[in-house]
Amino acid sequence: MKDHHEPTDPTDAGPADSGRRAFMGVAAGITAAVVAPGVVLHSVTAAPRSEAVTSDVRWGLLIDTAKCVDGCSACVDACDRENGLNLQNKPASASQEHWDDQKAVWIRKVQLQDNQTGRVTNLPLMCQHCEHPPCVDVCPTGASFKRADGIVMVDRHTCIGCRYCMMACPYKARSFIHKAVEDQLTRVPRGKGCVESCNLCVHRRDFGEDSTACVDACREAGHEAIVFGDLKDPESSIRKHLAEMASRQIREDLSLNTGVRYSGI
Amino acid sequence: MKRIIYREWRIPPARYWGLLGILASVVVIGALAFAYMEHEGHWVTGMSNSVVWGTPHVFAVFLIISASGALNIASIGTVFRKPLYKPLGRLSGLLSAALLMGGLLVLVLDLGRPERLVVAMTTYNFRSIFAWNIFLYSGFMAIVIAYLWSMADRHGEPYNRPIGILATFWRLALTTGTGAIFGFLVARQAYDAAILAPMFVVMSFAYGLAIFMLVMMFTFTEEGRPIGERILCRLKNLLGIFILGVFYFTLVYHLTKLYGAKNHDLVGWLLLDGGIYTFMFWVGWVLVGGLMPLGIIYHPVLSKDRTWIAAACGLVIVGGLASMYVIIIGSQAYPMQMFPGHTVLASGFFDGVQGEASRYSPTIPEVLLGLGGVAIALLITSVGVRVLQFLPESLADDVLPVDEEKIVEQGPAGAKA
Repeated sequence: MKDHHEPTDPTDAGPADSGRRAFMGVAAGITAAVVAPGVVLHSVTAAPRSEAVTSDVRWGLLIDTAKCVDGCSACVDACDRENGLNLQNKPASASQEHWDDQKAVWIRKVQLQDNQTGRVTNLPLMCQHCEHPPCVDVCPTGASFKRADGIVMVDRHTCIGCRYCMMACPYKARSFIHKAVEDQLTRVPRGKGCVESCNLCVHRRDFGEDSTACVDACREAGHEAIVFGDLKDPESSIRKHLAEMASRQIREDLSLNTGVRYSGI
Repeated sequence: MKRIIYREWRIPPARYWGLLGILASVVVIGALAFAYMEHEGHWVTGMSNSVVWGTPHVFAVFLIISASGALNIASIGTVFRKPLYKPLGRLSGLLSAALLMGGLLVLVLDLGRPERLVVAMTTYNFRSIFAWNIFLYSGFMAIVIAYLWSMADRHGEPYNRPIGILATFWRLALTTGTGAIFGFLVARQAYDAAILAPMFVVMSFAYGLAIFMLVMMFTFTEEGRPIGERILCRLKNLLGIFILGVFYFTLVYHLTKLYGAKNHDLVGWLLLDGGIYTFMFWVGWVLVGGLMPLGIIYHPVLSKDRTWIAAACGLVIVGGLASMYVIIIGSQAYPMQMFPGHTVLASGFFDGVQGEASRYSPTIPEVLLGLGGVAIALLITSVGVRVLQFLPESLADDVLPVDEEKIVEQGPAGAKA
């Protein structure tokens, strides 16, 4: 029985076939010449994204409250711009007070006073990226999750908007998207009815950049109060700082081993 | 003792359809409120990033724990072998399933993404009590339906007690699970207390029984079916004990909190200067939901009057909603203790500046959605008793089985009589 997929003898090809083959060859060459650089370029740019995140690193922040300046909101503004939080619009019929209670906030400035000494401290507060995050434990669908590199974030495809993670977060770090967002950034998709929080500028991580928007802004403002880095790398700047200065976690009593550490409080 | 005959609820059609029309209207209004909130987003509610669970949760949790409590009567009859309560088992089961349905609907329709319910039903994180509860709720519904079958069908009779025992344990697990949703939240000071789980169990007994008694009295009185003194007196006294149980747990909850010095501010705020929450606690939870119904139940004259007994049940329900409001919303409004020994002078996210509590005012759509859940529970119950044989023809003293105690007193001969 003849195999229908048997290749035909090349000597059988007539002049018409050879002409067609030549044309095909030229077309393929031109196509390759035009498309290939794009393919190569694309694959090179996207390389970091194609690699699985590993637990060889654990990203974290160290905040030196002694350097955090009263009245400065550079980190907050930068976070808002980087993550499209500045694109949120107050509904015309909502009062400012109501809107302030409902708009998403990923990082905020907090000013504290020690009840005994009266000493005033300023600090930025965001998701603390716990090693054992309560938000991940309570999420019924597993939408709230921790990446291998320690970043805690929300899968917006499986978040059902139950807000149990917000109830469980000891840092009040999460925000619910109360209304539809018209303008948003593709790198930080935002959906009405889902929960979100600081993700340590995860898009930067995945493209191999070595800082976050808040860290850059703080440096540019001349304060350098925030250090970002790999908590597992003994040679990283954050580890060296942590070795030199006393630091603590907020709500240490919960033993969550947060990825964000503070000195001076 | 005569044979108990169950019969459909045969009130005049005009009255029945009128009742159904009212309930359906409330359901439709609730559905419209949901559609409005879903379309516009939660920004039209009073909920915020500080108070994330609002009035719909108050209704939903109240209905869910009441569903568990409404099954009390069936459990007492089947599991604890109290024949006096047996004739009411069917109504108890129906009401239980209906209340659970109402509560779950409110809960689901208050999700940020209600259309993703299928995700919640197919993707589970088994570390989450919330995920366990999905199984506890759906399992409860299936068990109650099987329980009803075992009560109503002759073929189901042999399975009645085993299913009844399973249902009893299941509903205790369900209410414990619901209480644990709050009781194991370490983040918020008011919640971080395991006693909330058993407290929810006792609250479920009281609220579920109060709703059951009101529904029973309403359905029987409407059709002119007799309710004897004996059963009413028993139910009323049972309600009194459950209210005392709620008081006991409320007291222990606050004493437990006070034992930890770090919680003095919380208890002081809640009991003395928490504004609406202090009012809701003392006036709603304690006075209306506890002292007033207890006063009626143990009053020598008022306790004999059926209208007053019904009023006591109504007060327990109002008090129950107030207690849920304090537990669910008050506990969220109190600022989170992130910096002990410090005062927050300023914050870009309302971290309890100068100890100030978070704002929350329920909006009308939230209340309407909650009422829609109540209406759907009553609608299911109304249709159920109308089309199926859930209600006994009579609960008159001479129709009901003899009290257990009398059987013991009179000996085997008396038991035969």
